[in-house]
Amino acid sequence: MNINEKLASLKYNKDNESHLSVDNDICMRCKNRCCTYICPANVYEWNEEKCTMTIRYENCLECGACKIACEKNNILWKYPNVEYGVKFKNG
Amino acid sequence: MVDNNKVEVIIVGAGPAGASAAITLARAGKKVLVVDRANNTGEKNMFGGCIYAKQTAEIFPKFWESAPIERSITEHKIFMLTDYDSTEFNYRYSSKGSYKAFTVLRSKWDKWCIEQAQKEGAYYAPKTLVKELLIENGKIVGIQTPYEKFYSDIVIIADGVNSLLAKQIGLRKNYNDSNVTLSVKEVYKLPKQRLEDKFNIDPETGIAAKILGGPLKNMFAMGFMYTNKDSISIGIGISLDELKKNKIKPYELLDDLKEHPSIAPYLKDAEFVEYSAHLIPEGSIDNIPKVYDNRVMIIGDAAGFVNNIHFEGTNLAMLSGKLAAETAIYALEKGDFSASTLSLYYKKLQESIIVKDLKTHKNTIPFLKKNIKTITSLYPELACEFFEILSMADEKPKRAKYRKFVSKILKSGCITKSVPLGLFALEKCLKK
Repeated sequence: MNINEKLASLKYNKDNESHLSVDNDICMRCKNRCCTYICPANVYEWNEEKCTMTIRYENCLECGACKIACEKNNILWKYPNVEYGVKFKNG
Repeated sequence: MVDNNKVEVIIVGAGPAGASAAITLARAGKKVLVVDRANNTGEKNMFGGCIYAKQTAEIFPKFWESAPIERSITEHKIFMLTDYDSTEFNYRYSSKGSYKAFTVLRSKWDKWCIEQAQKEGAYYAPKTLVKELLIENGKIVGIQTPYEKFYSDIVIIADGVNSLLAKQIGLRKNYNDSNVTLSVKEVYKLPKQRLEDKFNIDPETGIAAKILGGPLKNMFAMGFMYTNKDSISIGIGISLDELKKNKIKPYELLDDLKEHPSIAPYLKDAEFVEYSAHLIPEGSIDNIPKVYDNRVMIIGDAAGFVNNIHFEGTNLAMLSGKLAAETAIYALEKGDFSASTLSLYYKKLQESIIVKDLKTHKNTIPFLKKNIKTITSLYPELACEFFEILSMADEKPKRAKYRKFVSKILKSGCITKSVPLGLFALEKCLKK
């Protein structure tokens, strides 16, 4: 089962605005970019051509792992606005 | 509902810690407001998991008669996996008369807990995201939401593992990647009867399983599996630094575990219904922040109260909520909300299992990390090899097999090194 099928099991209410952000210049200098693999929702993807981080914030599970894992302390992390984000049916 | 937006105590977060603090305060007749960012209580929360009967009943007496519990745990199981085989240990007990633990689903359980607090008179405001603690003239006087201010004499911070509020007032540092565990979990639906047959359990009873080794070998990681009424929860917890170091995706690791020949049959024919993830504080006494200050206390995951060795979290959350509430009641009656009065909370924590057990296990996690290969790789291998010799009838003489087995043990150094090390760690635990 790929990650998109896993995420498809979840209910989300998508905000138009991202609750996550990074400074692309800092990401460009980052060797590991561990956010691209440790995130349980596969939110982060490095775009080699544009040298920017694609942030699929609408898939975020609001766990906070990326913020702690980021070696450059470069992830601005907050909770989504009220009524937005993920909703677990079971938890 | 709340006059002039002012109450005696505001609790931020309606998880098990917040609900327990709220109900304790409400029972004492205190004006208490709980706020939570979720639309529907519990929908942002996730755990393994099970709750522990005795400590939960101290807050919610006889909760099993009306609460949305899934199953009463009557079996603890440990899987020791090698790449293809497993040795499994079961501890089964009769649940008659006294319950030990129950599986619950957080979306239902957390909602029920906060409803009980409301019945006792607590105010509850869902859909309320706290932007920050409200500080006036250097004093914490309440909370700031995007739309309004709420005032109180005391704020209890129960906003979970990421606790942005405890960080705002400098009580907590950021965690680093070696002292948090990332957990990913999947829930699989299965007809009740099929589930009971698979797990060899009676109606209403269930199992809690821990999984070592296999795809998780040589890493500070563990799998878990719990039976709910008509579903199975399966997941892993893995230290964030292991994920980084090994460059693995947590959900792919869980997929590998699910495909292990000893695990896959449990999920066969079950329908995948939900994926989720959450962080767990490592639960070391060294990571516990100062949990009180003038007009404020921190409880539950926000304070790092997790005992990962015994898989305890919700019970410590509830207990810390109760202790903070008792302290708040004392402070309100005294009319003094200073740090020196609220230090009673820490005294209560020290006298409770929260601080006592965290102290007992001060050296356990470093010990486990140091010996992780022995525990997650060598021990499962030796256990499986032992049973292989015991059960395999072939043309090879037994003596040669025993020799090979014993020499593997000796070569591994697991007796000469690990056993004394284990005893040494245990002795350190017992000393204090």
